[in-house]
Amino acid sequence: MLSIKNLHAKIDDKEILRGIDLKVKPGEVHAIMGPNGSGKSTLASVLAGNEMFEVSEGEVQFNGKDILEMAPEDRAREGLFLSFQYPVEIPGVSMVNFLRTSINELRKYREEKPLSASEFLKLMREKKNLVEIDSDLTNRSVNEGFSGGEKKKNEIFQMAMLEPKLSILDETDSGLDIDALRVVANGVNKLKRPDNATVLITHYQRLLEYIVPDYVHVLYHGRIVKTGGKELAHELEANGYDWIKKEFGDK
Amino acid sequence: MDNVIKNIIGKDISLAELFEENRSVIESHSSPVLNSLRDEAFDAFQELGIPSNKVENYKYTNLQPLFSGDYAFSLKPETLTENLEDIFSCDVDTLDSITVYLVNGWYYTRNNPGDLPKGVVIGSMAQVAKENPELIEKYYGTRAPHLSDGAVAFNTMFAQDGFFVHVPKGVVVEKPIQIVNILMSEDALMTTQRNLVVMEDNSEARIMVCDHTLTTGKFVMNNVTEGYVGRDARLDLYNLQNQHNATTQVAGFYFEQHENSHLATNNLTLHAGVARNNIELKLAGSHAEGHAYGLYLLDKNQHVDNFSYIDHAVPDCFSDELFKGVLDDHSTGAFTGKIMVRPDAQKTNAYQSNNNLLLTNDAKMNTKPQLEIYADDVKCSHGATVGQIDEDAMFYLRTRGINKNEATILLMYAFAYEVIEKIKVEPLREQIRTLIEKRFRGELDKCHSCVVCGQKGTDVTCL
Repeated sequence: MLSIKNLHAKIDDKEILRGIDLKVKPGEVHAIMGPNGSGKSTLASVLAGNEMFEVSEGEVQFNGKDILEMAPEDRAREGLFLSFQYPVEIPGVSMVNFLRTSINELRKYREEKPLSASEFLKLMREKKNLVEIDSDLTNRSVNEGFSGGEKKKNEIFQMAMLEPKLSILDETDSGLDIDALRVVANGVNKLKRPDNATVLITHYQRLLEYIVPDYVHVLYHGRIVKTGGKELAHELEANGYDWIKKEFGDK
Repeated sequence: MDNVIKNIIGKDISLAELFEENRSVIESHSSPVLNSLRDEAFDAFQELGIPSNKVENYKYTNLQPLFSGDYAFSLKPETLTENLEDIFSCDVDTLDSITVYLVNGWYYTRNNPGDLPKGVVIGSMAQVAKENPELIEKYYGTRAPHLSDGAVAFNTMFAQDGFFVHVPKGVVVEKPIQIVNILMSEDALMTTQRNLVVMEDNSEARIMVCDHTLTTGKFVMNNVTEGYVGRDARLDLYNLQNQHNATTQVAGFYFEQHENSHLATNNLTLHAGVARNNIELKLAGSHAEGHAYGLYLLDKNQHVDNFSYIDHAVPDCFSDELFKGVLDDHSTGAFTGKIMVRPDAQKTNAYQSNNNLLLTNDAKMNTKPQLEIYADDVKCSHGATVGQIDEDAMFYLRTRGINKNEATILLMYAFAYEVIEKIKVEPLREQIRTLIEKRFRGELDKCHSCVVCGQKGTDVTCL
């Protein structure tokens, strides 16, 4: 589904990703862990198409298509979803208007008819229940005045609405209390299907108690330096990142 | 249009000479109350002339070149051969309003405002000045500065007609009053319109003034509206400007507010060539509340200049200003927010904010707060921003499959939204919302320019 080969990316001439290789197959859950500043969020941004970063080398295939040349909106239409670490507040754009535009853009790309107002509202009700989002959040402007937890829940709600093939969750667990974390994790688990995949980017192992990954990768200095099963996450939790830094610090 | 006296204002005939030549015609058609200020205004005009950018208050808009050139000047009432109803029809289903029309500054003779609440007068300034001068005398020329502003002096010299609204003590006009200003002419045309709104104590009304051009020629419109909002009275005034690019409009609103009154003005400039709005609110009674809002959407070479002046003359008043603009292409804009807090106007609360969104590097905005505070126990704040589309928000929308163009429209709309939310007449707010979205999509045809009044456009005459 996703195949990243030797991906290099920089911002203002500073190289942040220094040769990433990663393969994700349908039905899999991958966790990418690593200390602060290792390039986790940059990887998420580059995959989603943030133009702040310049890809200097490497290739990314998504469902057999080279996505590096695609605009962010086309990547989304191909089924890629990024849950933001810091979801943006957009006062004046209502959640309903935003989501309806979004869904219908995706449907148009797949040559499907746009949803009518009633179909859309019905879908919204279903998904709201699924991810346990408070109903009044959808009556407001996009993320405006939402608490940290509400913003993250709203990302998962959007993910539920858009039904992506691949979801990249960038630090979705950061800043969440235990109840919000549970809601977010339940949402992700409920949305899991044999034909979609999830990449969790996280600093802590905490989220992985709720969402069990098939693979855990450790990102350090812009490279994946270690890959293992879920036990690798426990090891990191117990020993911290220092041993990684020691082992790979010079490379 | 045969009865229009055409005077070509060119290199050789100045506006002052035009006035002198036609003074007798003007005065004979007019009434003593309107004639009473012509002398003073003429003297002042000879001193002041049409404001150039050398006049401090007109620094960002030089009106002189815009007021010169060949224009016809309409000195007698228009008599239309066609029925205005054939050109316009009001969409009463969505907007149940009291509607009257003015054509080239003249009150349309076949207007029928329908049943009005007892004592309410909605009519022609010229006619009321003749038949009931007592309704006008007390107010006429006491708010608009015809001795110090050349544009107002010019208006006062030539003032003959306009709209007049009078709401007596304690009366609430439930339906919105809609005043549709139409410009239509075979030749380039200059018009003046003099309006007066009197809200007696404890009365309430909402007025919408919609400005349109129906023909493609050049227009210069120099309008003055004076207004009084009595004790405990409440007035919402909306000015929807939707005119083609060859239009210059000077729209002056000069209001005085009394104790505990509430006034909100909202200048919505959706489309205009050059628009200069003067908004003056004098808070002359304690606990008066004045709100001045504005939204301007510009592209190509359009220019909009909002000049506001909030005069806190007495203690315990509140004022709030919010002006927002979206500027595309080579357009230019200006905002001046003058707030005067007089020496004994203690406990004044005055807030002002001007925010601008520039879509290109060529668009330009000048914004200037101008606070003069002579009292010591006041709360005043002002803020101005000039910025571009928020890149983070843009990226966020695009990651949800919304393309750049659509995302830009959403964000422009989001930017404008705060001003639109100030519109209290629900159906009007909805209509304006639609209009603004159309404007952002580039779908706003000046022919269906007034969704509000459901104007039926014709392809030939619209631009």
